[in-house]
Amino acid sequence: MAGIKRVKAERVKDVKVKITLKEIIKQKELIVLSLPFVLYVILFNYVPLAGWIMAFQQYKPKDGFWGSKFVGMDKFKFLFVNNADFIRVIRNTLAMGIINLVLSFVFAIGFALILNEVVHKGPKKLVQTVSYLPHFLSWIIVCGILQDVLSIDGGIINEILVKLHILDAPVNFFAFKGLFWWIVGFAHVWKETGWNSIIYLAAITAINPDLYEAASIDGAGRLRKMWNITLPGIKPTIFILLLMNIGNVLNSGFEIQYLLTNGLVQSVSQTIDIYVLKYGISQMDYSLGTAAGIFKSVVSIILIFLANSAAKRAGEERLF
Amino acid sequence: MRATNRSHIKIHKKFDLKNFIYSFVIGLVLTAFIIVTLYPILNTLAVSFNDALDALRGGIYLWPRKWSLNNYYTVLHKESMMTGLSISVLRTVVGTILQLFVTALIAFVLSRKKFVFAKPISILYVLTMYVNGGLIPTFLLFKSLGFMNSFWVYVIPGMVSAFNMLVIRTYMNGLPDSLEESAMMDGAGYFKVFTRIIVPLCKPVFATIALFIAVGQWNSWFDTMLYNRMADSLTTLQYELMKLLSSVSQLSGDANTAALTGSSSQVTTKSVRAAATILTSLPIVVLYPFLQRYFVTGLTIGGVKE
Repeated sequence: MAGIKRVKAERVKDVKVKITLKEIIKQKELIVLSLPFVLYVILFNYVPLAGWIMAFQQYKPKDGFWGSKFVGMDKFKFLFVNNADFIRVIRNTLAMGIINLVLSFVFAIGFALILNEVVHKGPKKLVQTVSYLPHFLSWIIVCGILQDVLSIDGGIINEILVKLHILDAPVNFFAFKGLFWWIVGFAHVWKETGWNSIIYLAAITAINPDLYEAASIDGAGRLRKMWNITLPGIKPTIFILLLMNIGNVLNSGFEIQYLLTNGLVQSVSQTIDIYVLKYGISQMDYSLGTAAGIFKSVVSIILIFLANSAAKRAGEERLF
Repeated sequence: MRATNRSHIKIHKKFDLKNFIYSFVIGLVLTAFIIVTLYPILNTLAVSFNDALDALRGGIYLWPRKWSLNNYYTVLHKESMMTGLSISVLRTVVGTILQLFVTALIAFVLSRKKFVFAKPISILYVLTMYVNGGLIPTFLLFKSLGFMNSFWVYVIPGMVSAFNMLVIRTYMNGLPDSLEESAMMDGAGYFKVFTRIIVPLCKPVFATIALFIAVGQWNSWFDTMLYNRMADSLTTLQYELMKLLSSVSQLSGDANTAALTGSSSQVTTKSVRAAATILTSLPIVVLYPFLQRYFVTGLTIGGVKE
């Protein structure tokens, strides 16, 4: 979303005004109004960047930034050399990020396509209204619901599976390492499918209706029209959202993993964000936490640029 | 020619049955979708109104078997819950007003086309969407600013979100410049233009952004855990709910050991949590159908109306 808006916003025609003393005096009111905001964004968004220096120190609060000992790349070496723990954390973050990305795209696009086939306005509106609701519930509530639904005693999923004789006895889904990533993935699907589909539904309304009419005359059925007109029609939207989300692949792992984890699945549930929280805040190794955070930021930025240049080469929509 | 004609008619005859099956399948898929979305919420509602010990027997689906208000009574008599409720309401109200005002003001300044510093300041804000210091440096900064055990950590740090600012700015860019110019000719300053002319015109986009901010405030819990864990008087509803959640997960698999809280009434953690969940999501579920259209306009403003 953000990217689309940004791209559009930047396209607003520039009225070239040269920066001269006279102009500055004329605009003093605007400058005074904007000054607190500049200070604010520098303090809250850019000062923390200076904190990255901690990653190269053995930071101790009592010594401060200036007094702490520099240790060069030691913290990064600790993370990457013979540290199976952190490698596993990277794997988990990536795996869950990719599963979430693929599932959420497939389901949101599929849902938009299906909803678009509903001819009657009333039912369509009803389904849409219901579908957005979970987006507004907090992850705390969603995780509570998830625990109830998958519960070993009386959870509806277990009951259905036992009644259908797929399972002999109820199982504790949260105890299986192989299931955790998928539980997280489908929790995202439950929460966000309706919401994510909004943008595709909006894109579908922009498709020229003549195309459908022409296809009907040529004898195309509804499925064929969906596949050959609607889907290509929203392809640019799909591409640009995909690009924006690739940069977020490493960011997708905190709340739900933190809330749902337990001792049995810890080796597959820990993500970079949880690792940062564990070492950085709980064990107060600020330098190590910062180093892991830097790794995440840098990889995210690289991913955005890679996705963007890949799209450029393929001749598709791109972010910048 | 004739052959193609005939085949065309054939397709047409088949078409109706095909069309019917097609619509039927779509109806079926969407019905399943609604059930999957709504069932867990309705089930929680049923459990919350059911007697706690009776609920342990299982088999509660969409309707309570043995009605009871004990769960709600317990939640509403828990001191931490009530503190959480008042802080959550307070942070939502204060946070929304403050954030909306401040975001609107910066959006206004940056949408003035003549402003010489509009571009560099915009870039400064847009960059924050891609780069940030991360958890630890931010945590240490907030700590040194005195945000530990303070209400202000809820409302000050997130005061300007670049994303919201861009949405509002895009909307403001669409307003005619002549309004500003004529007001300026009458001697109004920029601040007056903002409060008297721009604000009334921006009501739709403000409603949208205010709702986004309010939902975000109401649902957030991580800041409570990180900064105000030790301050009982600053706890939030979501954080209290989270504590209930983790106490259940520790006991999961053995419902009979569910903690019995409350003195006179017998309740289980599971049923208390159901009641707390319903209370916590109540404002959103009740207001949501009325506010829905604002949410959706917010997403589409400037987004896809190319």
